[in-house]
Amino acid sequence: MPLTNSHQNIIDPYIKIGPDDSLPAEGALLVTLAVWQDHWERLMRRQELIGVQLTSDEHPEIISDDIDQLDLIALEFPTFRDGRAYSYARLIRERYGFTGELRAVGDVLLEQLHYMERVGFNSFEVLSNDPATDFEIAANDFTVWYQTSGDQRRTATMLRQGKKNHG
Amino acid sequence: MYRYDEFDQTLINERAEQFRRQSARRLDGDINEDQFKPLRLMNGLYLQLHAYMLRVNVPYGCLSAHQLRRLAHIARRYDKGFGHFTTRQNIQFNWISLTDTPDIMTELAEVDMNTIQSSGNCVRNITADHYAGRARDEIEDPRVWCELLRQYSVLHPEFSYLPRKFKLALTGSPHDRAAVAVHDIGLRLHHDNQGRPGFEVIVGGGQGRTPVIGKTIRQWIEPRHVISYVEAILRVYNLYGRRDNIFKARIKILVNAIGIDKFRKLVDTEWEQIRDTGLQVSNTEFERINAHFLPPDYENLADQGDELAAKRTREPAFDAWMRSNVTGHKVPGYAIVNISLKAPGRIPGDISADKMEHVAALADQFSFGELRVNHRQNLTFVDVRQIDLYLLWEQLVALELATANIGLASDIIACPGLDYCALANARSIPIAQDISLHFANSGKLQQVGNLTINISGCMNACGHHHVGNIGILGVNKRGKEYFQLTLGGSADEHASLGIRLGRGLPRAEVPGAIERIVDTYLTIRQATETFLQTYRRIGIEPFREAVYGPVNVSRRVA
Amino acid sequence: MAKILIANRLTDGLVVFYAVDGNWVESIATGQMTFDDAAADRLLAAGLADEHSNRVIDPRLIDVTKTAGKLIPAVLREAIRAHGPTIAVDRTL
Repeated sequence: MPLTNSHQNIIDPYIKIGPDDSLPAEGALLVTLAVWQDHWERLMRRQELIGVQLTSDEHPEIISDDIDQLDLIALEFPTFRDGRAYSYARLIRERYGFTGELRAVGDVLLEQLHYMERVGFNSFEVLSNDPATDFEIAANDFTVWYQTSGDQRRTATMLRQGKKNHG
Repeated sequence: MYRYDEFDQTLINERAEQFRRQSARRLDGDINEDQFKPLRLMNGLYLQLHAYMLRVNVPYGCLSAHQLRRLAHIARRYDKGFGHFTTRQNIQFNWISLTDTPDIMTELAEVDMNTIQSSGNCVRNITADHYAGRARDEIEDPRVWCELLRQYSVLHPEFSYLPRKFKLALTGSPHDRAAVAVHDIGLRLHHDNQGRPGFEVIVGGGQGRTPVIGKTIRQWIEPRHVISYVEAILRVYNLYGRRDNIFKARIKILVNAIGIDKFRKLVDTEWEQIRDTGLQVSNTEFERINAHFLPPDYENLADQGDELAAKRTREPAFDAWMRSNVTGHKVPGYAIVNISLKAPGRIPGDISADKMEHVAALADQFSFGELRVNHRQNLTFVDVRQIDLYLLWEQLVALELATANIGLASDIIACPGLDYCALANARSIPIAQDISLHFANSGKLQQVGNLTINISGCMNACGHHHVGNIGILGVNKRGKEYFQLTLGGSADEHASLGIRLGRGLPRAEVPGAIERIVDTYLTIRQATETFLQTYRRIGIEPFREAVYGPVNVSRRVA
Repeated sequence: MAKILIANRLTDGLVVFYAVDGNWVESIATGQMTFDDAAADRLLAAGLADEHSNRVIDPRLIDVTKTAGKLIPAVLREAIRAHGPTIAVDRTL
């Protein structure tokens, strides 16, 4: 699936590993929660990039103790209507302090990239020939936001204050 | 009222432009209906039985004369010359073209209005007491908090894909005119035992197919924490609300499933983590918004006792209007005036573009250029000088807008029903017309007194039938319309859900059944009891018997 | 029972009926009626093709009867779609 970070299209370095796959000796791995739990010690010993992919039924609190060990957390949107991962993303960033790659996967639509970025996602699997351009378009729909949501954007309230302070 | 500044304006303009691009992609065939539908719904554009329907937010019911003129213009230019006010203080246009919609959004944005989140599984238009800031019994004006919550909820990145829609209502008065107990979150300003104002937070109320009276999750919360508390509730709901069944996805189902105590614990645990973050409302922001809601320049006037009384004695029609449509104001010499959109035989909540313009002119002349839309589908002028009441009434009479029936039996709530709505099972409007004409002809309106009749055309309950003193629900049985009656519902501070009276009736039998219910009440009421008081004292049986006959005669309860 | 193909037009959302010439028309009276299953299938296929090409939304076959020379859909909901709200649309209100 085509992948972008918030600047450019990228080649996914991770190999996806499900419960039925054997663990390769080398390479960056993106594993399901079951694999992570079953092979925890072995995976923790590896020196290469490691990520965990969670379904929308899997609350990230389960992996919150391991967060410093992870390079990537991927959150699934089984359908665009299932909005749980927006809350998970905020918890992962703001409460568990994850600073690595937070990836949106599944039913990721153009119109949602902007919301996803605001809650802390910084990479996106999008069914598109050029997801980076899509992201560029979607992310520029708005220049004003009302809410704080963990990203660095200044809200309308902050902008008003700034304007007042600077005359 | 709140006016957009450059930041609000930019956001609303950008939203309109975003929709312009999205609808162009749809019209060009770049996206199909499945992909487009959620986008248009998040902008209040439905596809109903006859055409697209556009729902425009009237934030917490506050509308300026200038905005009302723009709505009239939209009705005339883009629709068939009228609009429909809803139970959520919104206005709907019934024949809107997709190709015109971006232009309409731009025209709305020019007058500080929008359609954002008037549909979709997100936080909807926030509703409030239509007497907010003016009611005599009010503790504090809730509108500043309404506006703060409006801004908080608009395009919220975390809460735009909730399990289901989410409705908030606020009141600052002990007497609840905003039906806060039947909303996903109801906020009621009151004083704690030290006299400090704060919100009682009620959660998990709602109507629809599973009507529930909300439960108090927190007795009192400092207003500056109300947004963080709402966020905690929304986050718990977003994470744990059911997503496997659309009929069980509202927050009321979650609260009932785990119990209010466990739900409260989840919310409080979450709230502890976020209460002292940037969600706290600063004094600066409060004051900035509050400046928009300062009282107008009231004159120093005295209440008009004798002079009004004399006019009322001379003119019984004026007296009837004063009694039902006019109510006290917190400022001496002023009054609150309700304009009924429920003339006998008319369509509840409908108003033509011409009348919108006339009402706008009257608002300019008599009420500082502002008005309110209330959840019973009527309009309200909240700042009328008592010395102007007679003149205003005369002008309303000339416009056929002086129907004296606010709170009375012909002030009927009706959803659009099967005449317009794609979800409806039966028609609502013709039933309302039948009943209001029936009361107009019977001459019993004043005698019966306060009585709310609410009609919904399907179990989604947009016509609030569960909380009508008499509720009417339209159903479809084997291709035919039937109407089920409920009694004893109430939407005020003593909210209750109606109890089903019996089997559904065909349309022709509904007015007669209502008449028998009302006659039963008139026979058995004591002293000054209202219909609801009599019902609560005596129960449903006498009414059941009046409609379906004595119990020992075989009575089928369908 | 006779059938007719109904849909909403994409651009303005108005209720439209499939006509003999392959166009969509606003009046049910000029819609194409069919009386046998094979013809109905062909009609629906044409409608679905027009949905796919983004001309209309939700094309479906409905039953109609002819009463006093007027085509009336058998189901009330569709009759209201075809002939408008049953209440007078009073623009002077």
